[in-house]
Amino acid sequence: MTDVSKLKASSGRAGRKHGGTVCIFIFLLLLAVFMALPIYLAVVMSVKPSQEWFIFPPKFYAMDPTLDNFREMFRAAGQLWVPFSRYVANSVFVTAAVTLAQCFTASMAAFVLAKGKFRGSKFLNSVIVISLLYQSNVIYIVQYMVIAKLGMIDTYAALILPSVATPMGVFLMRQSISQIPDAMIEAAKVDGAGMFRTCWNIVMPNQKPALMTLMIFAFQSAWNIQSGSYVFDESLKTLPTAVAQAAASGIARQGVAMAAAVFMLIPPVIFFVAAQKNVIETMAHSGIKD
Amino acid sequence: MKPEKNRKKRSYNRSESIECWLMLAPFLAFFVLFTVIPVLISLPVGFTDFDMINMPHFTGLSNFKNLFLSDRIFIRSIRTTLIFAIFSGPVSYVLCFMLAWLINELPKHLKTVFTLIFYIPSMASVYTVWQLIFSGDQYGYVNSVLMDLGILTSARQWLTDSRYILFVVILVQLWISLGAGFLALRAGFQNIDKSLYEAGAVEGIKNRWQELVYITVPAMKPQMLFAAVMQIVAAFTADIVGRNLVGFPSTDYAAHTVMTHAYDYGWVRYEMGYSSAICTVLFLVMYGVNKLITRLLAQED
Repeated sequence: MTDVSKLKASSGRAGRKHGGTVCIFIFLLLLAVFMALPIYLAVVMSVKPSQEWFIFPPKFYAMDPTLDNFREMFRAAGQLWVPFSRYVANSVFVTAAVTLAQCFTASMAAFVLAKGKFRGSKFLNSVIVISLLYQSNVIYIVQYMVIAKLGMIDTYAALILPSVATPMGVFLMRQSISQIPDAMIEAAKVDGAGMFRTCWNIVMPNQKPALMTLMIFAFQSAWNIQSGSYVFDESLKTLPTAVAQAAASGIARQGVAMAAAVFMLIPPVIFFVAAQKNVIETMAHSGIKD
Repeated sequence: MKPEKNRKKRSYNRSESIECWLMLAPFLAFFVLFTVIPVLISLPVGFTDFDMINMPHFTGLSNFKNLFLSDRIFIRSIRTTLIFAIFSGPVSYVLCFMLAWLINELPKHLKTVFTLIFYIPSMASVYTVWQLIFSGDQYGYVNSVLMDLGILTSARQWLTDSRYILFVVILVQLWISLGAGFLALRAGFQNIDKSLYEAGAVEGIKNRWQELVYITVPAMKPQMLFAAVMQIVAAFTADIVGRNLVGFPSTDYAAHTVMTHAYDYGWVRYEMGYSSAICTVLFLVMYGVNKLITRLLAQED
């Protein structure tokens, strides 16, 4: 009887004291203030008029907040070679393509690498970790040569294809999928499902937290793809490039640069919140896994 | 021995193998083209004198000899990188895990808010703000606040005095380090089977600490390994934060890490062969540390 009432009281979690949770909340809140302070200051600086930049002592708020920096950024960006909307469209397209392609390829590869039985799976797993660890300047040069050889310079392909396969994404998904009991995969096989169907119909619906996390990483990296040295055609360039150009040209540079940084941060933050909500919702009503 | 080998061979089902390779194909195509080939071509460059203009010549181990025998700045950068890695690596790993766990103990809507606040720094690039915070004059927030409180009597040169540089760079590195590893751990916590906790409660687990040690940690091994690899990479290849914050080169090379040294030789002097040798040395160290940690995490259970 006591056992049952205890279970009900804590909804299945052992001995939760209310005071403990409050302590955790206060601790996290204090840390969050420190973590958020620079971001808060970035926002404050983006709305500070230029005459407030050198006030002494430095203020933690804007006395006379203004959107001038943002206006200046859009004005400068509007004077670039092609309309601002073109850069936005390019970035949206590149981000969507990279995010979807990355999740699709990484999920399948990760499932196979975690649960598939075939020669070479161990070897591939270690190749993926090694490629994460090896970083060198020369890689960028060779990547450029590969892209040039494939005739992809000055195409969308140069912005999208190199970011499709990331070892980090596969590694993340593989680690998560490896937690699924083998019995579940075997059961699916007995029911006649092949690897492909097992992956998409049985495993992936259980992998929402990892998949959402992968999407956040993919979105974030894709959103920041700079046209850099692969694209010279102005009409193919992405938003980060345009915003960087705009921020570097105006008069009140520091303020405009800050406005650009804050502006570029908005879409990833919105995406993040949507995806995280989804992660947390999953937990609430599914206790799948056996 | 022999029959066992045979059995092992037979356990690879032919049609399943083919299906596996087909499912791997889309990833592998891009992975080989844009990662594996570049890495394979980069590896031997450390043994040449490649300078991006002339055809590279094979120079044997001379790059590595120079590195360890006559490059004093490299030896210094190893020290800096190690200090950096020791402080930022384990500290941020523990932070990632602890915060991911504490957030998991909160009610639903607070989870999203705190996860966002801790993760935003790794999305934003706001070095300018940090430069203002640690600015060496009285306009710097840190100087201004500390002088107001009477802790400091005069402004400190946080970003140019070699006594403080490393401390400031490590602090900012820690600030942005709640990234991929942290988020993966958060996802891991969400994915733990609830029935495990219910079973634990029935079997006499009394509080959240016991729950953490006996149920959560064992169930989180894969994510913990992922986070560890991410932290190793971030700690050993640290470079961008330093260059953006205290400039390049930093005063007295105080924030000059191994990766900064590779950047210096690669993109400033175009001595790609030498730069590549530096990266190879760093890779070998990271590979060793990774092996060690993988073994540690695997043994724990």
